[in-house]
This record gives sequence, structure tokens and C-alpha cells, in this order.
Amino acid sequence: MPASPSLSLDLVSDFQQLTAYPFMVNALEAGAIVAVMASVVGWFMVLRRESFAGHTLSLMAFPGATGALLIGLPAAAGYFTFCGASALVIGASAGSGARGHRSEESAVTGAVQAFGLACGLLFLSLYQGVLSSYENLLFGDFLGISRGQVVTLGIVAALTLAFFAVAGRPLLFASVDEPVARASGVPARTLALAFLLVLGLAVAATAQITGVLLVFAVLVAPPATAQLITARIGWSLALTVLLSLVITWVGLGLAYFYNYPVGFYITTVAFSVYVIVRVARGVIDHPTLLRFGATMDGRS
Amino acid sequence: MFAQEFVRTAFLAGTAIALACGLVGYFVVLRAQVFAGDALSHVAFTGALAAAAAGVDTRIGLFAGTILLALILGGLGDSSRADDVTIGIVFVWILGLGVFFLALFSAGAGGGNGLLGARTLFGSIFGLSPADGRLAAIIGAGVAAAVLAIARPLLFASVDPGTASARGVPVRALGLMLLALLGATTAEATQAIGALLLLGLVAAPAGAAQRLTPNPYLALLLSAGLAVVSTWVGLTLSYLIPQLPPSSAIIAVASAIYLLAFLVTTDARLRVSRLLVRGVTEPRN
Repeated sequence: MPASPSLSLDLVSDFQQLTAYPFMVNALEAGAIVAVMASVVGWFMVLRRESFAGHTLSLMAFPGATGALLIGLPAAAGYFTFCGASALVIGASAGSGARGHRSEESAVTGAVQAFGLACGLLFLSLYQGVLSSYENLLFGDFLGISRGQVVTLGIVAALTLAFFAVAGRPLLFASVDEPVARASGVPARTLALAFLLVLGLAVAATAQITGVLLVFAVLVAPPATAQLITARIGWSLALTVLLSLVITWVGLGLAYFYNYPVGFYITTVAFSVYVIVRVARGVIDHPTLLRFGATMDGRS
Repeated sequence: MFAQEFVRTAFLAGTAIALACGLVGYFVVLRAQVFAGDALSHVAFTGALAAAAAGVDTRIGLFAGTILLALILGGLGDSSRADDVTIGIVFVWILGLGVFFLALFSAGAGGGNGLLGARTLFGSIFGLSPADGRLAAIIGAGVAAAVLAIARPLLFASVDPGTASARGVPVRALGLMLLALLGATTAEATQAIGALLLLGLVAAPAGAAQRLTPNPYLALLLSAGLAVVSTWVGLTLSYLIPQLPPSSAIIAVASAIYLLAFLVTTDARLRVSRLLVRGVTEPRN
């Protein structure tokens, strides 16, 4: 850290300060990769209304990391193993029940989540290391990102985007209108399972930067905001990626200049953007509502 | 084992909390609102740390935070299950605030933060003082009684909201009440098994009960019973094995019960459907 990094009106000098140290360059690069990958995955997640599953998968990174710590493996291996495995469990058990059984699905997801976290706590207490390190696992630590991690992230992101390049169209079809998609020969069940698996892997990668608890900020806020702005698929995907990049970089930059946790800044920026867009949307759609003092639009 | 005061306190508080979790959890699972419960439980973390940063009793922060968010979630959409995106965005921001308070608190208290953070996230049921335990038991019993009192109309409103509101049942108010009760339950359970883990005690016994019996009242009682049994077995296990944290043990037992219920009923259902198929396809003569 420089003696006192300070934000000024001069954007060029701000940018020079921001990139003066290798760890910060790593963080910005990792943030960019994560933003692009997570926002594309999150766009489909919001469309498919699988936010709860996404949140649960992101929490599974916690037992993954502590478990890997316990048996002496690199943390990344634990992240990917646990997130992938629980994606398969949720996907398989949610699909086995009667179709449209949302209450069953939410119970399974909740049980998987709590069990995974209980395992994480057990691993942590067996490890008997310094307990304070759990905070970085949960809430992120962007100072410690190595070159190797950036490369791993890049590979995972490339794989994820390749999946969407191949399966994006049928997945979109199956997400929007499953019965018709099934009837025209789209393997909807397989796609749903594959999507959950990709979601798990992407979330595992993201959790290493933003922390386990705050993955959701990058995953859900940009797509939800973009889908409020436009209904056109191409536009809203592009907008999602852009928003996500801006949110991540602004959050990282703020955390660099002002000494509070990066997770706080990223979530706050994401939330403010969403609220502003939602209020603006309400005003544009229903200008008369203002007269009654209501600013939320009536969608539900 | 019951000779020790802290074990008795843990059992007393644990039983009342499990009772409340099981009863509220049944309706939460029935209405597919587990995600709202998840949000509330994580918000308990922010509430506790905000109270700590402000220097007041953490319990005030817990209850104020969770019940407030419950009412906000209930007010945002009349079918709050539809808008899981709103839930997600709101609660992730509140979690972010929690991190902020954690940083603020640790800057003020100088290093003692790890303990409070860990206790809020993972609970410390063996660390409750006898007075805390009694208070937890009273609140838990109160929540359980409230759920039982509104069980009948709430069941009607959950299963068939259209008909219920036509018959004059206050569907909206009941939904809000359930969310508020869920908020109180999470605040209560946070002290015992932690903000991150209490979802298991809400979701797993209720999910198991729902699979085991189609009768709603039986399922309601079964859900409470399974939650209490998980707590007792978990506490005993963790007392016998010191390395095993009590919260982990309780959730592990609850998840195991759910898994068992899942396997048993899936198998039975398959067998029944096979019999049915055979009855239809094989000509009887």
C-alpha cells in the first residue's frame, strides 16, 4: 500500500495510483474476469429463477475451502469439488420430485446449504487454525490474489463462456418455455443439470475474490438491473456484462482508497444501481404513480 | 451429563428453539419461502454486528433486524416467493453492511471481533448463560404457541389463497405474520446455532415431515418433533465428542433425517407406481 492513496478529481492520476502495485493489477484483472463470467451465468440464473440455488452453491465454497485446508490441498480444488458436487445433488434431487414441486425443491436446497455449512464449521474446528481467517473466506480478500489464480480464473471463465456459446440457445429456449422446448426435442433436464454445474463452477471461482457470502452481489444484481432496463436478449446480456464490470471495478477502487472491506463496496454499489434503475423504471412506466407518492412499480 | 448447568441450559433453550423452528419451518417449506428464511437468517448477522458496533445488547439488533426485514419482504410483493431476485439483492446488500459493521466494530474494539463474528455466524449453544437460556425458552415457546394459534387459517391461506380470501381469511396479514414469526425465530436461533446454520433446522425437519405424511396437522407436529429430536441427538453427540461443534452436530442429524425420509419415500413411491402400472397394463381375467 502506498503511504496514503488519495482520490482526486484527476482521473489519470487516480488510475496510476490504482495500478501502481502488482497486487492491485491482479485484483483488477481477476475482478474483470469474474465480472464477465458471473454476470453471464447470473443472467441465465435470474431468468430461470434459480437464485436460491445459486446462493446455496456459492455458500458451498466455504466447506470446500476449509475442507481443502484441513487435508492440505490447494483451496481452489476444494472450492470446485464442493460446489460441483452440491450442484449435482440439488439438480438431481430437485428433478426427481414431481414437476412443479417448488416447495420440495426449496426444502432440498435449504437442507443442502445448512449441511454444507455445518461441514464447513466442523472442518474449521478440526483444523484448529487461527479462527480469524474464516472472515476472508466469507467476505473476500482481494489483496492476496496471485498470478496463478488469475490464470485459473481465466481458464474457468473461458470454459464457462464456451458452454454458453454451445448450449446458450437451447438453454434459453428451455428456460423460457420448457414444455415447448421439450416437445421440440431439447434435452431440458440434461441442460438444467449442466447449467447448475456450470453455475457451481463459476460461483466457486467468483467466491475466491468476493468471498463466499458476497458472490451474489455480482451474480444477481447486474442481470436483474439489466432485465429491468431492456427486454431484448442481446442488449440485456451486453448491459449485464458492462454493469458487472463497472460495479466490480468501482468497488475495488473504493476499497483501495478507503479502508473498508471490498465486499461492502461492491454490494453497496450494486444495490444502489439496482434501486436507482428500479425507481426510474417505475417513474417511466407509471408517471401517474408519482402523484400518489408511490415509486415502486407494481410488478410482482 | 445433565449434572452440568450449561448442558441443562443448552437442552432447555435448544428444545424451545427447535420447537419454534420446526413449527414455523413447516409453513415456510409449504409456501416455498425457504429463500426468505435464508435471507432473514443472514440478516441476523448484520443486526447483531450493528448492535455491537453501536454498543447495545446484540439481542436488540437481532430481533429488530430480522423482524424489520421480514416486514419489508412481506410488503414488497404480495407473493414474496415470486420475487426471489428482490430478496437476493436486498439481503446481499444487508450482508455487505454486516461486513462494514464488522470492520467498524473490530476497529473500535481492537481485535476482540473474531469471537463475536464467529459466535453470530455459527452460534454457541453451550455458551448460553442460565438467564439467556430461560429467556430463549420463553421466546421459543411463545413463537410456537403463536404458530399453533394461527395454524388453521394459515394452512388454508397457504394451500388455496384464492378460496381463502374469498371466504374472508386475511391472507395477506397471515403471510406477514408468518414472516414476522420467522424473523423472531431466526433471531432466537442465531444465538444458539448461528446465522449461517439455522436454515437447516427450519428446512430439513419440515421437508422430511412433508415427505412422510400428507396430513398437514400430522406433518406440522412431526416437523416440530423431528427438529427437537435432531437438537437432542446433536447436543448429546457434541457433548460426547468434544471436537464436534454442537451446531454442526444438530444440522448433520437434521440433514440425515431428511435424507432418510427422502430415500424411504422415493422408494415407496416407485414401488406404488410400479404396482399401478402393472395393474393397468396387465389384463385382468
